[in-house]
Amino acid sequence: MALEQVKLEKCTEFISDGMYHKLEALLQKDKKSPEMLIFVLQQAQNIYGYLPEAVLLRISEALDVPKAKIYGVVTFYSQFHLKPRGRNVIRVCQGTACHVRGVSRIVGKIKEELGVDVGETTEDLRFTFESVACIGACGLAPVVMINSDTHGRLTADKVPLILSLYE
Amino acid sequence: MEIVTVKIDGHDVQVDRGATILDAAKLAGVKIPTLCHHPMLRPDGACRICVVEVAGARNLAAACVMPVADKMVVNTNTPMVRQARRVNLELILANHPLACPSCKRNLNCELQQLALDMGVSEIPYEGRKRELEIDDSSPALIREPNKCIYCSRCVRVCSDVQSVDALSFYRRGFDTEVGPPPGVGLMDSVCVQCGQCAVACPVGAIYERSAVDDVWQAISDPKKHVIVQTAPAVQVSIAEALGLEPGLPMTGKMAAALRRLGFDKIFTTEFTADLTIMEEGTELLGRLNNGGPLPLITSCSPGWIKFVEHNFPEFLENLSTCKSPQQMFGALAKTFYAEKHGIDPANIYSVSLMPCTAKKFEAARQEMNASGYRDVDAVLTTRELVRMIKEASLDVSKLDDEEFDVPFGMLSGAATIFGTTGGVAEAALRTIYELVTGEEIPTFEYEAVRGLDGIKEATVKLNNVDVKIAVTSGLKNAREVMNRIKSGEADYHFIEIMGCPGGCIGGGGQPINGGSDYRTKRASGIYQIDAASTIRKSHENTAVKQLYKEYLGEPNSPKAHKLLHTHYTPRNRY
Repeated sequence: MALEQVKLEKCTEFISDGMYHKLEALLQKDKKSPEMLIFVLQQAQNIYGYLPEAVLLRISEALDVPKAKIYGVVTFYSQFHLKPRGRNVIRVCQGTACHVRGVSRIVGKIKEELGVDVGETTEDLRFTFESVACIGACGLAPVVMINSDTHGRLTADKVPLILSLYE
Repeated sequence: MEIVTVKIDGHDVQVDRGATILDAAKLAGVKIPTLCHHPMLRPDGACRICVVEVAGARNLAAACVMPVADKMVVNTNTPMVRQARRVNLELILANHPLACPSCKRNLNCELQQLALDMGVSEIPYEGRKRELEIDDSSPALIREPNKCIYCSRCVRVCSDVQSVDALSFYRRGFDTEVGPPPGVGLMDSVCVQCGQCAVACPVGAIYERSAVDDVWQAISDPKKHVIVQTAPAVQVSIAEALGLEPGLPMTGKMAAALRRLGFDKIFTTEFTADLTIMEEGTELLGRLNNGGPLPLITSCSPGWIKFVEHNFPEFLENLSTCKSPQQMFGALAKTFYAEKHGIDPANIYSVSLMPCTAKKFEAARQEMNASGYRDVDAVLTTRELVRMIKEASLDVSKLDDEEFDVPFGMLSGAATIFGTTGGVAEAALRTIYELVTGEEIPTFEYEAVRGLDGIKEATVKLNNVDVKIAVTSGLKNAREVMNRIKSGEADYHFIEIMGCPGGCIGGGGQPINGGSDYRTKRASGIYQIDAASTIRKSHENTAVKQLYKEYLGEPNSPKAHKLLHTHYTPRNRY
């Protein structure tokens, strides 16, 4: 049927690299189990790095959960991402201590270096730039985390060097 | 069920354990204001307008969701309660556009009414007005998300009553939005355009796409011959919108009003409802005799049709190929009627007056052009007719009753009952019984298929064959029936399915009425009209007989097929 063809076309970009097979294997286990939705979304995000529309449609169909409800869940939780994520995630601290110690200058420098705003991802998928409410390392303010590394007592001029450590 | 005693505002009232404070207050004759609450929907406790004081409790309780307990003492009218309700309302109002005079729901808005009832005189908070995009992708419904108050009534009706699940909440807190999935318009979603969301909405955040201006324009165009067909459920629903008793039949006054508004000919969809019985009855007999496919499922309700296209595409061949009465009328108006009266069909402007928003979508379906033109040019809902009546300053109650015009004004009582759930099945029985047995049907009233129950079943003996019938309305019930068929649990021969709860009387284009018994009253109006009719069987409609003789030949003839039958398209499930 024409509908399936459309779905297939939407999914082909994912078939080639084996991700699609991983997704299908995952969905086999939880077929028609709407209560598994969050777990399946987490696993699918582990496979793809984010949740592409075609994947959400496939999950919707396999678990028998309406698309509107899936989007309700995906947009509710900050752990889910509808857009591709960078290989490295920069989290800049927005806490009081960091604010007082001039984190805004660090933010400005990162923006300048990467050419993206907070909440965005570089086109080459090298970095995703995010802010968090507080990292909880106020003694090191201003603080930026990249992946699981903590960079404290940062100054704007150190930013280019630190970014160059991540590919 | 255990009975508990609750004291509300000093009065003892006995209720079932498990009832809410709101239920108990109703029994005690105490009115608690509500906003997100709706009698048809499970309570949500979202708006906090119904808060009350419960003795011994730390916080105010939301009466709509708080279950009663034995010896509970509730006060609904204390300074703290009044203050809290007002602040909650003011906070909602602070984020609301307050564009009341230009809003579709002006003077029929629950938010506005609450502001009036609670004596809100100023809104002390600045709030944040949003600038979200209006969704006008659908020919039937328009969503204006800036007016949304996040009560979730549309989401609940779409999910819990209709099982369509086109709508949901997205994101959180101030960023919350309600609608179809992000970036998708209603038209491109699984929405079936039934309009139950518009009926459930307490404000003007979702409403019908109005055809009023188009119709006025056609009426004022001297080249246009403007005809109108009126669906049976409309005549029993306009009364309440004009301040009269719900369910009061207004057929004659409606015809008179339409003539005053300037329509050239006033016809009725009941004429083609009778025609539908001839076509669909013949189709059913054919399928019974030739081995199916069975069950044969009715196709009058466009919301149901879109629902089945999305959710049960494997059953499309079970749908009757008959167009809905609206579309049969449209096809005949620009062919038979045009030829007979020597009118160029290009100059006919064909309007239908419907209790339904999905009819707007149906009229816009690409395949609905058997006449060589768009068969139905404009669809007005009952609400839009009321608006036109008000625009024209007509006092309908003072008009003398008038008749429909010939030939498409001829109808039987069997066609009238199409307007309520069970009506199509009953009308079909009245005709099929006589066609098959050659005897007169012993009774007109077929009680087993009447009433507002969600799923009704009946078995009728036709020449020693048991014909199993199911009647259902509301799409969640329809889904249940279809799942029973899919699993092999049920083996019906004929199923009547209407998309809206109660059938067309509860349609998404009907007057918005906060009460709970208006459907019963509208249905009773429908049955009153039928009982008072002289012709009560579709096959005795002389104009229908004449139409076959002069034009169509026989039911299901090639010409009838070309004009009166259609096909369906599978659609995406998700």
